[in-house]
Amino acid sequence: MKQLKESTPVSHSRIYGLGASRGSLVVTNDEIAGPIDSSDEWIRQRTGVITRVRAAEDQSLMDMATEASKEAIAASGIDPSEIDAVILATISFPYQTPSGASLLSELVGAHSAAAYDISAACAGYCYGIAQADAMVRSGLARYVLVVGGERLSDFLSPTDRTISFLLGDGAGAAVVGPSDHPGISKTVWGADGSNWDKVGMTDSITDFRDGKAAWPTLIQEGQSVFRWAVWEMSKVARQALEEAGLEPEDLSAIVTHQANMRIIDEFVKQLKLPESVVVARDIAETGNTSAASIPLAMHRLLKEKQIKSGGYALQIGFGAGLAFAAQVVELP
Amino acid sequence: MAHTQQEVLAGLAELVNDETGITADAVQMDKSFTDDLDIDSISMMTIVVNAEDKFGVKIPDEEVKNLITVADAVNFITENQG
Repeated sequence: MKQLKESTPVSHSRIYGLGASRGSLVVTNDEIAGPIDSSDEWIRQRTGVITRVRAAEDQSLMDMATEASKEAIAASGIDPSEIDAVILATISFPYQTPSGASLLSELVGAHSAAAYDISAACAGYCYGIAQADAMVRSGLARYVLVVGGERLSDFLSPTDRTISFLLGDGAGAAVVGPSDHPGISKTVWGADGSNWDKVGMTDSITDFRDGKAAWPTLIQEGQSVFRWAVWEMSKVARQALEEAGLEPEDLSAIVTHQANMRIIDEFVKQLKLPESVVVARDIAETGNTSAASIPLAMHRLLKEKQIKSGGYALQIGFGAGLAFAAQVVELP
Repeated sequence: MAHTQQEVLAGLAELVNDETGITADAVQMDKSFTDDLDIDSISMMTIVVNAEDKFGVKIPDEEVKNLITVADAVNFITENQG
């Protein structure tokens, strides 16, 4: 009997390039404070958000995902036809099927690539990087485009005081490919289904269809999520560092999901990071863009030259599910 | 060793001071965390987690909303400490 032929693995993978696209409307706290009976000062103090970016009426999720992807592909120096897989992490693509990734692959010129969406909310981008790393190293794909993209403004309520006022729109993209040295550490990931209802939607779309509920919007139990995001996720971050064989002082940056500045501050405190580690704080101007927040924040740090290519960044996504994923990546 | 109510109050006042800068003297049994001490939900959770460590007690998320006054917290900790 003939032996099956398998894909030929490669030793390592890394991120080749990043791209970013943000909603073109800059929304101030004053603009949204009224319906939640709040103020600029209250929002800044409790969340660290000064503005959030939201998509213009004619700016679709796919527009932002395409713009970010094209920048990432150009920065990677590869031709889009070399991309073997396109992964879109999103919770806000407005079609149940087909996937947004399928359309995105066509729009960026990755015509025959495998394409699918993943639903892991704010952990989605790190889930995507984990999958891309595994695909590249196994030989299943040579180059993988990973995109975290959201148009959360389609799923928020102006009167919701739990999460809506934090949310923004955008897309961040990365190209992962083969490497002659380790560029992505083993991902620490998981989900806590026992807390499935801590972050999510007010209702299902079938309840909306049946007239039993209003248009579903995002909602969270802030206190519980805060406790989980800081004290449980700092354990995951430490575990990811351990898996990477690094100490905190080996990092150039930490890029957490940009959920709330208070979470970021407390998280950093728990990890006891040295001052040399740059902390991503893109949330102040961009808001919480769920799956897009990590690549957007990392892109900003690189663009503003706060960190350099070749350094290590710990990235950790966490959110609805409660899903989480963390890995250390070499900065492109 | 179990802490007395007075010790729990003093320890809790320290934690409130660490998190918010509110003087320990202001943390009295009859004060409401939100209405009197102006402690927001996130600071409250930080104080709760630090109190768990300090007093060896588990304060579940669903219990936190019942801790309206300092006395509520002191009593819960005193009764449930390990």
